[in-house]
Amino acid sequence: MPAEDGIGSVPLRSEEDIVASRQKVRVLTQQLKFSLVDQTKMITAASELARNTVVHGGGGAMRWELLDDGLRRGLRLHFVDQGGGIADVKLALTDGWSTGAGMGLGLPGSKRLVHEFEIWSAPGQGTQVSITRWK
Amino acid sequence: MYRIPILQMADTLLVTIQVDMQDQMALALQDDLANKISSSGAKGVLIDISALEIVDSFVGRMLAGISGISRILDATTVVVGMQPAVAITLVELGLSLAGVRTALNVERGLELLAQGRRENALAR
Repeated sequence: MPAEDGIGSVPLRSEEDIVASRQKVRVLTQQLKFSLVDQTKMITAASELARNTVVHGGGGAMRWELLDDGLRRGLRLHFVDQGGGIADVKLALTDGWSTGAGMGLGLPGSKRLVHEFEIWSAPGQGTQVSITRWK
Repeated sequence: MYRIPILQMADTLLVTIQVDMQDQMALALQDDLANKISSSGAKGVLIDISALEIVDSFVGRMLAGISGISRILDATTVVVGMQPAVAITLVELGLSLAGVRTALNVERGLELLAQGRRENALAR
């Protein structure tokens, strides 16, 4: 597969974009032949993070990469926004912590649904969350 | 915006969610059901989610919200048909839907509602 086919990006500016990002992740996980449970976990994690990008980050994008480390294939998603950022990332990863009307499951919950989880954020400089799931 | 239709069969409201819902659509369904329970005096609400490929925390919160609202309005909500992969994912996400009554399929959900009505009738 040519490398340029292994990456891409979808905008996250509206609720419609959250739905479209879920559909994109479904297509990608099916392409990688993830099991149904693994597809569902990755799509659910993406849905939580896409909503964070739209609602808390003021919009941004989801970039995706198909991975192949020689032994296994995987999918990495980056959720990027230029919003207000998170002052205390450690606190934001605690179950039940929430700034909005949610239940505070978005970050800690999606972390449990994937194999690798990285978050970078600084007040005033936006947030990037990267998640990876291997087949 | 497309609104999810609510069907009425005797004193039961039936909702089948067949589209990947936008957040506003889920909130509108919660409002519509609250109004419909109140205007119709329905005693049961059956929500079939068998066509839903994922339930994230937003939809989970909507289902819990409808359950709570219907209870206060003297009706019982039963969520039916959740796919196994969705159940596995929801629990790992940290959402156990405590307080939401569930049944495996529509038939069992209707039985559960009928059973609740019989028990209520006996208690009176």
